[in-house]
Amino acid sequence: MSEVERRRPLSPHLQVYRPMLTMMMSIVHRITGAALYGATLLLVYYLVAAANGPASFATASGLFSSIIGQIVLFGFTWALFHHLLGGIRHAIWDTGYGMDHPVREYLAQGTAIGGIALTILVWALAYAMR
Amino acid sequence: MANDPGSLRTALGRVRFLGSAKSGTHHAWHMRVTSVALVPLAVLFVWIVASLAGKDYNAVRAMFADRFAPAAVMILFIATSAYHMMLGMQTIIEDYVHDEPVKTWSIIGNLLFSILVGFAGLFAVLKLSLT
Repeated sequence: MSEVERRRPLSPHLQVYRPMLTMMMSIVHRITGAALYGATLLLVYYLVAAANGPASFATASGLFSSIIGQIVLFGFTWALFHHLLGGIRHAIWDTGYGMDHPVREYLAQGTAIGGIALTILVWALAYAMR
Repeated sequence: MANDPGSLRTALGRVRFLGSAKSGTHHAWHMRVTSVALVPLAVLFVWIVASLAGKDYNAVRAMFADRFAPAAVMILFIATSAYHMMLGMQTIIEDYVHDEPVKTWSIIGNLLFSILVGFAGLFAVLKLSLT
């Protein structure tokens, strides 16, 4: 490899690239998207169980009401809100705005904090109303 | 390009702006359109699911059978989500799976899974709301 070739900029290989918030948020956006892909099975299970009758609904409702079920649903709620806000962030970037420092950092921070805040808010409301 | 005498592309082919792949930016564009639709739909979906939390069978049935809006929102959300997640997972497969047969079968499996999930969800909501 010649000296010129060696000095060419590398594409962002994860092993050598300094982790940055925007990069981590991009990865998490994809991971949450893939997680929500699997989460649709839980939604469909719940709906099909309800459509199937009281007995199967009671089983599904019991599973989702259990401690583990609640933790899993809490995690998927976060994944949904994080992915939702990430999508809005990408929609803003698609228009060409907000890509400069420090706006892109604020958008990334807003996605991270907003996803957690909305998740806690919804669960607090859901528990308060039940 | 349009006046290139050596070009084998027809005038119609140029107007359609499609090459041999027969598609262009549809995937990316449909991803954007479904994202926009899913912003309000996801918020309404969370609202519906949160209000279903801890409810018994009759309350859940009544939610979909007695009123129009919850079932309508669920149907739109499930249909749009199934398409959106099919597009998204296809991108993930194309990014990481490089073995051609495995990639092809993964994309087929992704399509079938998304249709199955979408159909099962839609059918369950229709049954809950119409029976």
